[in-house]
Amino acid sequence: MLWACIYLPSLALDGILRRRPTEGPLVLVDGPINARTIVSANDAARAAGLHVGQRLSAAQALLSQFDAIPYDRESVERWHQFLAAVAYRYSSEVSLLPHAIVLEVSKSMGLFGPWPRLESMLRADFTDLGFRHRMAAAPTAHAAHVLTTVSDGQAVLTVDTLRNALQRVSIVKSRLPEKAIATLPSMGIRTLGQVLALPRDGLRRRFGVELLASLDRLTGDLPSGLELYRPPDTFDLRIELLHEVENQSALIFPVRRMVDDLAAYLAGRDGGVQRFLLRLEHREGHFTDVPVGLLASERDGALLFEFARGRLEHVTLPEPVLALRLIARDLPAFVPAGRDLFDERHANALPIEQLRERLRARLGDGAVYRLGSTQDPRPERAQREATHDEVPIEPHPRPTWLLRRPVPLRGGNPIILAGPERVETGWWDGGEVCRDYYVIETSLGQEAWAFCAPDEQTGWMIHGWFA
Amino acid sequence: MNAVVPLSALLDARQVWRGRAPEVPIGDQPTGLRALDAVLPAGGWPEASLSEILLPVDGVGELRLVLPMLARLTQGQRHVVIVSPPYAPCVAGWRQQGVDMRRVEIVDAGEKDVLWATEQCLRSGSCAAVLAWPHHADDRALRRLQVAAATGQALAFVFRDRSHLSNASPAALRLELEALPRPQVWVRKCRGGAVPAQAVPLPRSVH
Repeated sequence: MLWACIYLPSLALDGILRRRPTEGPLVLVDGPINARTIVSANDAARAAGLHVGQRLSAAQALLSQFDAIPYDRESVERWHQFLAAVAYRYSSEVSLLPHAIVLEVSKSMGLFGPWPRLESMLRADFTDLGFRHRMAAAPTAHAAHVLTTVSDGQAVLTVDTLRNALQRVSIVKSRLPEKAIATLPSMGIRTLGQVLALPRDGLRRRFGVELLASLDRLTGDLPSGLELYRPPDTFDLRIELLHEVENQSALIFPVRRMVDDLAAYLAGRDGGVQRFLLRLEHREGHFTDVPVGLLASERDGALLFEFARGRLEHVTLPEPVLALRLIARDLPAFVPAGRDLFDERHANALPIEQLRERLRARLGDGAVYRLGSTQDPRPERAQREATHDEVPIEPHPRPTWLLRRPVPLRGGNPIILAGPERVETGWWDGGEVCRDYYVIETSLGQEAWAFCAPDEQTGWMIHGWFA
Repeated sequence: MNAVVPLSALLDARQVWRGRAPEVPIGDQPTGLRALDAVLPAGGWPEASLSEILLPVDGVGELRLVLPMLARLTQGQRHVVIVSPPYAPCVAGWRQQGVDMRRVEIVDAGEKDVLWATEQCLRSGSCAAVLAWPHHADDRALRRLQVAAATGQALAFVFRDRSHLSNASPAALRLELEALPRPQVWVRKCRGGAVPAQAVPLPRSVH
C-alpha cells in the first residue's frame, strides 16, 4: 500500500481566487456579525500586515482598501468534493480528510509510472486548476496526511522507513486526538517518536483507547477505516459572479473555467458528455438556459469550450447575469473515434465529427446534415435528412438540383428532351400527386425537370435542374 | 561596340536573371471530361487550390463538371462538403451519377457565414472537396479560401455569377460556362499554362 496525500491549505481562498484573479489584498472573514475575524488572507493582504485570527475591525484600522469575502462552508465542501473527483482519475480508492485528499496509489503506479512521475502529474493537475497544495506519500493514509503538514514532497515508500520519518514530527503537528496534543508536551514529550516509544499500557490508562487507535492507524497496525469517495453521477457547478454582467464577452472567462472543470471531472470518471446546460441566473430567480448539444460524446476541454462559446455568442442577455451554473446530467461513455494507422489525412487534420460540431455551434443545430433517399416516389418526399442509403438507385432520369417548391416556367415553349414519366400516388395520405414529368430545355439553354398535368404539355412547372 | 562578352560571365556575375518555365502543377483529379482534361495544365482540377466556376444562370451544367470528381472522392471514403447550395441537391440524381450521399455533408449557412464555413471546412483537412455558393466574395475573401485550400490540401470550388468575370481572382482555375447557343466551357484562367483559345463543348446529361 502506498497512500498519497494532497493537502490543501487554502481551499476556500483558492476557490475564490481562481475565478477572480486579483492583485489586491483579499481576506476571507468568518464569525458572528459583530466579531468577524480573518480566517484566510492572500499574499498581498499578508504583506500589508493582515493575518489569520485578526479581527476585521483591527484589519480595517491597518489597511483602508481590501476585499473581505465571507467564508462559505458549502463552497469549500463543494471544492473539496470536486478535487476528489479530479484525484479519482488516478486511483479508485480516494478518501477525504480535513483539508486534504488521500488516494491509494500502489496499483496506479503500474499505469502512470513510479511515484515521482505520478506526483508531478498530480501536481500539474492541481496547479492547472489553481489550487495550492502540499503533497506526500507514505504507506498509510494518516501518515501521509501528517507528513504533508511537516513538509512538502516527502515520500516514504516502505513501512520500515515510516517509523523513522515519523520520529521527529512534533506532537503539535501530529494530528493525534486534541486531548493528547494538549497534555503530552507538558509531560516532556514533544515528538511522535517519543510517543511511539512509550509503553502502550500506560498510554491507554492515561488517554484511553482513542490515542492508541490513532497511533496504530498512523503506523499501519490498524486499517485506516476511511470512507471511500464515490464520484457523483451528475455534474453541477455554480459560481456567483462578483459583478452584474450585461455583456456576454465578460462571461467567457468564467465559462472557460467551468468547462475546464467539467473536462477534468469527465477525465476522472473516464466518461464524456453529450449534452449540458449553461444556466445564466438573473435577479429574482429568472434565468436563461443555453443548452449545448453535441452529436457524439466528447470530453476535451478546449473542444467543449469552443462549442459552449459558439452557443453563448448567439444569446442576447435579457437581464444582467448574477451567477452561472453548468449542469451535465447526460454523461455517456466516451468512445474515442477509431483512427486508421495509415490514414492519409495530414497530421493536424480536424476529424470530420469535430468539424461538424464546430459548424453546428455557430450556424445552429440543424445547419449541418446529410441527405438520403426514401421509398416515396413523390419528389417532394423522395429524400430526407438521413445518414443511411439503402434504397435502390432510381432508374428514371432525375435532376441534380431539386427546387424546394415547383415554379412555373417562364419564356418561350420548351424543347422536350425526354419523357413523360407519370407519377401518380399519394391518394391515401392527402398528398395526392398526378403529374407527367419531362426533361425539357428552356429558352435560356438550361436543362430542366418539369411536370404538367397528365397528357397536357402546357402549364409547365419546373421542379429541378439538370445542372 | 565593346568586345563580345561571354554569356557565362554575365550569368556568373548575376547581372542577368534567368527566367524559368513556371512549375506545372501535377494533379490527379481528372474532371471526367476528357476534352477539358486535355487543355488543363494539371490534367484536371488543380489540387489543393481554388477553382472558380462562373455561370450565366443556375442549372447549365455546373454540377456535371464536378459530379464525376465527387463520385470518385465519396466512393473512396472521402468527405465532401456543400456549403449553402442554391437548391437542394437531388439525392436520386446525385446517386445516379455515382455519388455516395453518406459522405456528402450539406451546410446551410447564412449570407455572412458562407465564407467562414467554407474556410473552416477547407482548413480542417478532413474534407476532400468543398463546394460553396458565396453571395458576396471579393478578391480578399477568395484569397483566404485559396490559402485555406492549400493548408487543408482540399479542392475548393466557388460558383458565382458570370458578371464577376471582369474582376481579378486569385483562383488557380477559372471556368466560364455558356449555355447558348450550345453548352460549352471556356477556360478563362489556368495557373501553369496558357489559356486555350477554344471552348470545350459540354455534353448534355444522359437521359
